Amino acid sequence: MNVDTRQGLAGINQDYAERYGFHDPEDYFLKAPKGISHELVEMISRKKNEPQWMSDIRHQALDIFRAKPMPTWGDSAMLGEIDFENIHYYIKPKGEQTSDWNEVPEQIKKTFDRLGIPEAERKFLAGVTAQYESEVVYHSIRADLEKLGVLFMDMDSGLREHPEIVRKYFGSVIPTRDNKFSALNTAAWSGGSFIYVPKGVKVDVPLQAYFRINAENMGQFERTLIIADEGSSVHYIEGCTAPTYSSDSLHSAVVELIAMKGARIRYTTIQNWSTNVFNLVTKRAHAHQDAVVEWVDGNLGSKLTMKYPAIVLKGERAHGEVLSIAFAGHGQHQDAGAKMIHAAPNTTSRIVSKSISKDDGRSSYRGMVKVAKGAHGCRTSVECDALLIGERARSDTYPTMDIAESDVSVEHEARVSKVGEEQLFYLQCRGLDPDKARLMIVNGFIEPFVKELPMEYAVELNRLIELEMEGSVG
Amino acid sequence: MSSNGDAVFSCHGLRVFVGDKEIVKGVDLEVRAGEKHALMGPNGSGKSTLASALMGHPGYRVEGEILLGGERVDHLPPHERARRGMFLGFQYPVAVPGVSVANFLRAAVSARRGADVPVREFRQQMQAAFAELQVPKDFVSRYLNDGFSGGEKKRLEILQMLMLTPVFALLDETDSGLDIDALKVVAEGVNKAAGPATGVLMVTHYQRILNYMKPDRVHVFMDGRIVRAGGPELAHELEARGYDWIAREVGLEPAAAAAEGSRS
Repeated sequence: MNVDTRQGLAGINQDYAERYGFHDPEDYFLKAPKGISHELVEMISRKKNEPQWMSDIRHQALDIFRAKPMPTWGDSAMLGEIDFENIHYYIKPKGEQTSDWNEVPEQIKKTFDRLGIPEAERKFLAGVTAQYESEVVYHSIRADLEKLGVLFMDMDSGLREHPEIVRKYFGSVIPTRDNKFSALNTAAWSGGSFIYVPKGVKVDVPLQAYFRINAENMGQFERTLIIADEGSSVHYIEGCTAPTYSSDSLHSAVVELIAMKGARIRYTTIQNWSTNVFNLVTKRAHAHQDAVVEWVDGNLGSKLTMKYPAIVLKGERAHGEVLSIAFAGHGQHQDAGAKMIHAAPNTTSRIVSKSISKDDGRSSYRGMVKVAKGAHGCRTSVECDALLIGERARSDTYPTMDIAESDVSVEHEARVSKVGEEQLFYLQCRGLDPDKARLMIVNGFIEPFVKELPMEYAVELNRLIELEMEGSVG
Repeated sequence: MSSNGDAVFSCHGLRVFVGDKEIVKGVDLEVRAGEKHALMGPNGSGKSTLASALMGHPGYRVEGEILLGGERVDHLPPHERARRGMFLGFQYPVAVPGVSVANFLRAAVSARRGADVPVREFRQQMQAAFAELQVPKDFVSRYLNDGFSGGEKKRLEILQMLMLTPVFALLDETDSGLDIDALKVVAEGVNKAAGPATGVLMVTHYQRILNYMKPDRVHVFMDGRIVRAGGPELAHELEARGYDWIAREVGLEPAAAAAEGSRS
């Protein structure tokens, strides 16, 4: 669908520089020199006082990272621009982790205030972690949830306080050698969230983690592990931003979710990195019998994102959903998608992918649905919908289906909607000027995504889009 | 309906081109407040092109004058014509998925008014219009024309027309493909809309709707021109005898009455 071929839009995140693109003066406890080595990995592990087994995993991961070639698919030209030697792999800010915002170093606190994190926490969150560079500087969880045995902390604390759980599940969903970037993350990981929800406990309001990069040429490698025990439920939200620099930063997370029998996990991402950040993330979930896992994945920022949230439906009747939206503006490539592995009978899945490309922005849907031998009676549907704004915008779809059983219901719909000129004319005939009409069409286009967000996030997303459509600066 | 109101709409020497091809070949038309006109013609005669061009569709090049309430509007984009009170009811209303009927209507009513309508006032206005046209309440939260049946779309067009209080309403085959009940709804809507400040032009292929809306004037449109005009009796004559006899009388081959290549 082509909304307008004459008049490009000014750009999403028009006010990014002012709202998110600022940076603090550097004032760190420790800033590792650029580049990654076994010495650095050893240093990170020692600073964190880790058990030997974790240290071993890190060193092994570094070797795997070095041995693995870069992906040859996706945007390999852009990937080739990453200079692994020009990145700081570990930066520890001053101050100790605290659960009192007043104890967070002044400058960092000001930054998170400006990003609205404490305010959001007061208003509608059950717990928050705030990561600055490599470390979580603030974390809190509602007391009643803590009493019920809900664990929500940074991954380093998780490893320290619950080594038996971490050892059991760390890398169990995404093995180190899954891909080059999962190996890099495993070698250099720091921060991220560790969540355990006990049997039957339903966390009624979302938990949120916020990731902030501040330094230039920073590499952020958070590691997240969420375990929802039988019959429990949790909604986790992550947000992220970074200053705008002329040279590149790297964000490479690994996120593992485990939804036990009858459990439910929803994982919502609003990715809004500055356009000098490579965002190469591996996300995967295991859904056991009757479990439900949902990835709600919004990608607005970054230079290049390659991210394909995956769900392995391991138990009978498990259900997986990936609902994603991507905006690719000037200079951006959003290569996003989803993977569904139906490994058990009567499992169901749904993928809804929407993308908006404008100027010379490029968005790609890359998806895979696999139904394993013996997984009878599965149902899956895939829906891709692209909106192009301007003549240079680009969108591609790379769907793969691998179905080993015959009694499976598969729906695939890649919509190339009719040119939007007629929609524009219709709305104009009702008195809407072309800007308002375009805004209405775009808002309608993303409505299925927005309505899945908590209200506060929906409002923020709509605000960002409105800015774009008005073409206003600042 | 008396015909002594002021002219709410007129066009003079109107020609419409698609590329180099002339589809509308010089049309003069005047509609006064309170009047209901019908423009009838065979398929392919250029009727829909005329309707879209009058509203300012960007796909056409237009020569001649278009006046709304005495003011030239032919240089204005469609939304400016709409804000000044020109309404086009679509033959094929366009779906805008994800946009609720309520949000759309509020934006449209606000645009016509030139200021945001307060939510409460809007809701009352909308409920009244829904009740008047017996439109099901669940339309409010449905997405605009998305998955609507043909009849539902047309009903929504008429509802929009009434809510937007046009000065001049142009209905492009709003009667096509409707069952008798839906047809009556459309005709009633037209009868309501035409009033002391509003004139209506119904563009249609069929005489059927005219039984219910009772036009003051009927224009016969062929090969890009109005070839005959008269009172309501002309519509009945067309129903009884078809279009070919007029084509022959005005010196067109019956086949040529429908200009090739244009939209119906």
